Amino acid sequence: MTTLTLKLQPSVPVEAGVITPDHFLGKAPAEVADLPITVGNEQARLGDLFSVTGNGTAEIILEGDLARVKHIGAGMTQGRITVHGNVGMHLGAEMRGGEIVVHGNADDWAGAEMTGGFIRITGNAGHGLGGAYRGSRRGMNRGLIVVEGSAGNEVGAIMRRGLIAVLGDVGDFAGAFMTAGTIIVFGRLGARAGAGLKRGTIVAFHPPELLPTFRYDCVYQPSFLRLMLQSLRARGVPVKEEYLTGYYRRYSGDFNALGKGEILVYDQR
Amino acid sequence: MTLYINGVEIEDTFAEAFKMWGARVVITAKNRKWALEAATKMTGFATSVIGCKCEAGIEGEVEDTPDGRPGVSVLLFTPSKDDLPKRLMERIGQTVMTCPTTACFNGLSAPDKVSIGGQLRYFGDGYQMSKVIDGRRFWRIPVMEGEFLIEEKFGIQRSVGGGNFLILGETPDVTLEAAERAVEAMQRVRGVVLPFPGGIVRSGSKTRSRYKFLIASTNDAFCPTLRGVVESAVPEGVNSVLEIVIDGLDIEAVEEATRVGIRAACIPGVRRISAGNYGGTLGQFQIHLHKVLEAA
Repeated sequence: MTTLTLKLQPSVPVEAGVITPDHFLGKAPAEVADLPITVGNEQARLGDLFSVTGNGTAEIILEGDLARVKHIGAGMTQGRITVHGNVGMHLGAEMRGGEIVVHGNADDWAGAEMTGGFIRITGNAGHGLGGAYRGSRRGMNRGLIVVEGSAGNEVGAIMRRGLIAVLGDVGDFAGAFMTAGTIIVFGRLGARAGAGLKRGTIVAFHPPELLPTFRYDCVYQPSFLRLMLQSLRARGVPVKEEYLTGYYRRYSGDFNALGKGEILVYDQR
Repeated sequence: MTLYINGVEIEDTFAEAFKMWGARVVITAKNRKWALEAATKMTGFATSVIGCKCEAGIEGEVEDTPDGRPGVSVLLFTPSKDDLPKRLMERIGQTVMTCPTTACFNGLSAPDKVSIGGQLRYFGDGYQMSKVIDGRRFWRIPVMEGEFLIEEKFGIQRSVGGGNFLILGETPDVTLEAAERAVEAMQRVRGVVLPFPGGIVRSGSKTRSRYKFLIASTNDAFCPTLRGVVESAVPEGVNSVLEIVIDGLDIEAVEEATRVGIRAACIPGVRRISAGNYGGTLGQFQIHLHKVLEAA
């Protein structure tokens, strides 16, 4: 395990894409401290900002308020990062494997375009969670994101595969232009959820305001959802029993796009 | 050496079993009734590969099912690897997908996999959808009742078919009772099924016939009515013989079932326990009764 403790709070954004198990694996603390980062517009070393201890395994512990530290775990393929504090933008963006747990809030673009692995955020997440960067054709494509708080706009935008579960509320345009995958929102959905949805599933547990380009199908018990919710439960997500056994209103859409997507709304009979 | 259990002679012989390919299918449903209904239909007319193309049976109820609903596991066996997906497709498609409230899951973790849900999905006529949950892909096929959920791939593995033993009793009643007791005990062994009605065969066969159009015919050596006519294996005083056939996912499970079955079948009125073989010339496995029982 390698532990990084923030020595001083940066006053400008820090680009720290080197904070991944892939970069730390097999390195002594001095070597880890020598890894390059960008502080504002200046080159620096990880050791300038953090005190480093540990033994170079694939497990990293981060301590301190890292709200200005960006790209933590970006592109990682293995191992585990645990953050005790808030993190900046692009947490785990484009990650391919491994696990990130943040005991705090994460800024925008957490898990953006990730293709594998697991991100758990105990606080809130910003905009573009599991989404696609501007100009990209594809957002999250495999993997799992669990946010125990709320999330901002464009959650899972242009998502291709994977699962995003948000225990709180989400902002506008959740699942916009999704082509597959699943977004489960236990709180409230913002406006225009599923806009341009081609395929994929958005699950809501509070009646959302749906776009007129979604059509009501039926009330039923989707077997796959039971399986999915059980899988979340196994990861410690508190899922009510009635959500497993309950009925859901199915809406197909978005008929402005392909129309093979769906929004499932828990039917509170 | 002669071996007796509760005064019943265990003949020093062996059961000859064959290589098969097997799969385990877990069927869940709204309740136990419908899970069993689907499993019963799926395993219907699947007693022997000779006439049914496959052998199948209900392995037992499953406590911890993937979707948390009541579930039943079914084992299905075919002689060839290529036949197994065909039989699974036919039977799941016609008996599980058609049954109200069911879902269907792979129950075997094996390196060899065949696409079953991945083929059945076409029944959805383009409206099917898939979900990957914990690395496993499932297909959601829209059906009139709602949606049928089936796992894309099912594990298959080399298995064992045709394990058996014979119960030679003084009367039909006592022989049947012994067989019933054996079946009850054997059904507690995981990894095996007894594909015949109630787990019991009354018309065991030999692999030849005087008729050219038949590949199997009655096992005359064990027919009590022919004791005075043929070179009989039926001792004097034995008036009924029943066979229990065992298919299993591995030889250890078949041996365990043989062991507990024979022990349960040794009741007063049973004269001898024997087994069916072809002199060791056909089957790849030999389950020696004495060896199996002594291993306990």
